[in-house]
Amino acid sequence: MSIFWVLLRRELASYFFSVTGYVIIAFNTFLTGESFEQLINGLSSDPSPVPVTQMFFGTSYIWMIVLLSAPVLTMRLFALEKATGTFETLMTTPVGDLEVVAAKFTAAFLFYVIMWLPLLACLFLVGHFTSQAGALDPGTVGGMYLGIFLAGGFFLSFGCLASALSRSQMVAAMVSLAFGFSQFAVAYWAMNRPVSDDWQSQLWSCLDLFGRMTDLARGAVDTRALIFYLSTTFVFLFLTLRVVESRRWK
Amino acid sequence: MIEVSNLTKRYAGRTAVDDISFTVERGEIVGLLGPNGAGKSTTMRVLSGFMPATSGTVRVAGFDVFYDSEEARRRIGYMPENNPLHPEMRVREYLKFRARLKGLGWGRSRERVTTVMEQCGLTDVGRRVIGQLSKGYRQRVGLADALVHEPELVILDEPTIGLDPHQIRAVRTLIKNLGGQHTVLISTHILPEVEMMCGRVLIMFNGRVLASDTPDNLQRRMAGGSQIIAEIAAPLETLNAVWEGLPEVEQFDVSATDGDYCRCALTPRDGMDLRAQIAALASQQGWALRELSRSRHSLEDIYVQVTKPRTEEQE
Repeated sequence: MSIFWVLLRRELASYFFSVTGYVIIAFNTFLTGESFEQLINGLSSDPSPVPVTQMFFGTSYIWMIVLLSAPVLTMRLFALEKATGTFETLMTTPVGDLEVVAAKFTAAFLFYVIMWLPLLACLFLVGHFTSQAGALDPGTVGGMYLGIFLAGGFFLSFGCLASALSRSQMVAAMVSLAFGFSQFAVAYWAMNRPVSDDWQSQLWSCLDLFGRMTDLARGAVDTRALIFYLSTTFVFLFLTLRVVESRRWK
Repeated sequence: MIEVSNLTKRYAGRTAVDDISFTVERGEIVGLLGPNGAGKSTTMRVLSGFMPATSGTVRVAGFDVFYDSEEARRRIGYMPENNPLHPEMRVREYLKFRARLKGLGWGRSRERVTTVMEQCGLTDVGRRVIGQLSKGYRQRVGLADALVHEPELVILDEPTIGLDPHQIRAVRTLIKNLGGQHTVLISTHILPEVEMMCGRVLIMFNGRVLASDTPDNLQRRMAGGSQIIAEIAAPLETLNAVWEGLPEVEQFDVSATDGDYCRCALTPRDGMDLRAQIAALASQQGWALRELSRSRHSLEDIYVQVTKPRTEEQE
């Protein structure tokens, strides 16, 4: 287990050793700020019945962060190590494949969590200046963050898989970006389907990223969403592990 | 320490290592010699547990590198070709990270990092960022990394490649000092390096081991073709007659050079050293002798000789 912590520390530190980590945080803060501005403009024109957190998801920039951050955070995890050859030095030490995959994913996920902290400040500002106590309650804020983290785990785990499959960071980023876009396309399609009770609609509603997130931002935690995101995250991580192990059967 | 039996490694459509077997004893320094693409790096990658063999077994310190991979890896310090490092880390920090990865505790890793940094001459650059170091220093960081967990076996893939002569000398001395306490396997295609450092040489070509012996033995084996050169001031016919009469001389070639001197190129029978005999003969006859030398086969000749028939066959 101690090897996991050693690896995790190094992976997390590597985001901060390079400029990349700071650029990502700055970019994210900028987009969050843009979203915040949109939100404030919206709020100042007319009163709104929906929670602030849900309105945040109505602003387009938030989605851009979800879409773009995963490829950028995960592309280097395996691809860079393979390209520079440090993967060989890493795998010839007595570390387990599972520890490597777990440490790399956890590091990316922790960085993703850190990256979303500026949003708290925005919410704090809204909370501070609003006259209504109910505008921002812990439930909706928690639900929103849960949504962000679940979607993050989903996209980051796929990013890990893409990075493990490739030697080139560029290819890894493109593959995981394409996956992100496809999920967004599916979500749009699912969102615009007429609502009915048949099984197809049920299935499509599982893939409706926007709907799921909006529900969570309202504070409604649907177990279907929870199970969907957690299980797909585990499946992608399992596949990543198999890819890392595959050098043993080639 | 290393037992390789019938190791074969095939990549898609190409056999990189073809049914090789060899053993390395504890404390030996063994050089794996061969041209580029001979299968040296592949052999080392299999030995280090990074890749599995297609067939055959490799045991390090009694542990199978595939089935007891973790135990075997614990006992191996491996420096791959081109020495990949994390350029953004500081030397000391990197070595500590590696020591911890290799299972050393917090206190022990501190201790060991200090020791290997002294051993590899890195004490002055401990706080420098690896990416800003010269190639020589980076190579030493790689070596220190391979040694940090006190492995029983050190595998170094072309450790002196791309270094300047001073740095090469420093690295060689370092490796030479490892013998005895560690078993060392080095791959290289630089011949003098092997002659200087290794107690035994394995010559690899086209995925096979063509020769395995000490550098001295290899030279002795090839000595049948060695020559003695003598420049003697004596009449050409006399010299021809003398060499004719000597049973130890298998072949000779005498030619006149400047002044009274003749140049004699003698091939002795069974690689004997005739220099003392020739010197005695010259002084006995009162001939002036201005050169007397024995051309020994360098490892380079042996290498070329061993790998040549195959190369020609291929062509």
